[in-house]
Amino acid sequence: MTRASRIIASIVAVVLLGGAAAAFAVVWRPAIAAVEPPAPQAFDAALVKRGRELAAIGNCNNCHTAGGGRNFAGGLPVPTPFGTIFSSNITPDPETGIGRWSEAAFQRAMRSGVDREGRHLYPTFPYDHFTNVSDEDDRALYAFLMTRQPVRAPARENQLSFPFNQRLAIAGWKLLFLRHGTYQPDPKQSAEWNRGAYLVEGLAHCGACHTPRNALGAERNSAQFSGGDVDNWHAYALNDQSHAPVPWDADALFAYLRDGWHRDHGTARGPMAEVVENLSSVPSSDVRAIAVYMAGISGAPTPDRKRQDEATLEANASDKASSASQSNAAGASIYAAACASCHASGRPLPYGGINLALSTAIASPDPRNLANIVLSGVQAVEGESSPIMPGFAASMTDTQVSALLSYLRARFSNQPAWSGVDKIVQDARRARTASLLTSPAPRNVSADPQQREKP
Amino acid sequence: MMTLKVNGREHQVDADPDTPLLYVLRDDIKLNAAKFGCGLGQCGACTVIVDGKAVLSCVTPMILLEGKQVTTLEGLGTIAEPAPIQRAFMEEQAAQCGYCIAGMMMRAQALLQRNSKPTDEQIRAELEPHLCRCGTHMRILRAVRRAARLMDTAEASPAAKGSIQ
Repeated sequence: MTRASRIIASIVAVVLLGGAAAAFAVVWRPAIAAVEPPAPQAFDAALVKRGRELAAIGNCNNCHTAGGGRNFAGGLPVPTPFGTIFSSNITPDPETGIGRWSEAAFQRAMRSGVDREGRHLYPTFPYDHFTNVSDEDDRALYAFLMTRQPVRAPARENQLSFPFNQRLAIAGWKLLFLRHGTYQPDPKQSAEWNRGAYLVEGLAHCGACHTPRNALGAERNSAQFSGGDVDNWHAYALNDQSHAPVPWDADALFAYLRDGWHRDHGTARGPMAEVVENLSSVPSSDVRAIAVYMAGISGAPTPDRKRQDEATLEANASDKASSASQSNAAGASIYAAACASCHASGRPLPYGGINLALSTAIASPDPRNLANIVLSGVQAVEGESSPIMPGFAASMTDTQVSALLSYLRARFSNQPAWSGVDKIVQDARRARTASLLTSPAPRNVSADPQQREKP
Repeated sequence: MMTLKVNGREHQVDADPDTPLLYVLRDDIKLNAAKFGCGLGQCGACTVIVDGKAVLSCVTPMILLEGKQVTTLEGLGTIAEPAPIQRAFMEEQAAQCGYCIAGMMMRAQALLQRNSKPTDEQIRAELEPHLCRCGTHMRILRAVRRAARLMDTAEASPAAKGSIQ
């Protein structure tokens, strides 16, 4: 070997070693030593209670509880474009849950998406948001989870194809998309706005559904809150691209998040119903803060815009009704017998139907949510005054549902007709049938008010 | 004029396409088992079976019934020979005022036709859209369980199953 080739060889060796070391540094995370599961009485009751409220804001139970399964025991299949990922058991079971996790291990999972053993976690667990959660709040969440009933429930195997089944790939994903750092308050804004921003961008992870994702499944920061997809529902745009016929303001958002419906907008359905159910058990000051921050995101409506929208709603209502009926007689007949008895009755909400001209589902560019609501209806929440609507899956064929949807769009919105409604209705019925098969438990069971004050 | 198939018979009905099925059943065909409760699809009293599925007839326009088979409580059994679901409700004394019972029986019948051994949880979930203001809920649940047993035993001949023609 010549001197030159020896030098080249050693440079190559150094580069390879350096590359390997860098890759190792990116990928490898040490295990954090297992601890003896702490006794529930080791935690302060007030801290546990705070943790309960935070867990409700974080919506932890919805992903970490399978249909008909025990609370926080995991096993819920989460469909993604890359395959199905099953949520994990976050009860303090020592073998199958997080019973042997120290607080440091819990905090590392929240901040960096790494489990106690050092394995990278899939970003279906939204640590890209949870990295903003404060030390103090992580401590309360840990105290809450470690005082739950331990449930023995082994993890289910994820169903992912290569290369997504390689946890090494997650390290690369984090390098590209995970920005560490806790929330930094904006001194120009009010304390309430900052509280809302901290919750929305962090624990509440609103953007996980309401922000569209890129090809690698990361939220597109440039399109924050411009609408996303979840579980065959469309999560509406919350920014200035919102299709709400009447613009949102902080009061409307607060009422909607508190009650699950608002007369100028509609009813929280699908995954959003679960969010609202959780928010019913948290202090109203936090819900108010979320509303104040989100109202800023959607842009405060000027009085002019409000007047304009109201004028648009009233204009031509009867013209639209007759032209829609002429072009779609079937849809008009179905509407008259199945919908108008509530939606045109003027009965007060929540028992009467909302004014369909104000429905975001009808004004939205995606008819999926409307299809879901027509097929499944809105079940009343046990023990609360809540909206109620029968589902029509048993009485209408897909073609009939499509005719109804097209009629509603033509009559109650100023938007162009939807295309591909038939296919969307078919998909909605298929998704509905599948979800009925996998979740035997009744949905929308309200938060137990007895539990709200308990640690 | 449209043709409506009810309990195995064809009826010529003069009704608009947006007329609710319940009005046609009660006013035109004079079948009064299905009841008008709320008229909004919120109480379940008007429930009938259409092609094997429980349907709220007060919010089901005639246009949706073309080519379909409607079954009302009158189509399940007679006073002399009640269907198992009717016998079960009588034997458990599940009716107090009885206004909700026809709808309850129709949805229970539809359930038992597709699932002959439902669990208590499934029965409760299925009957969830039905209101009973008297409070005979526990008897209604017992009656549905009894009906499941009656339909299952040999004594209930296929004809007596209350199966739909």
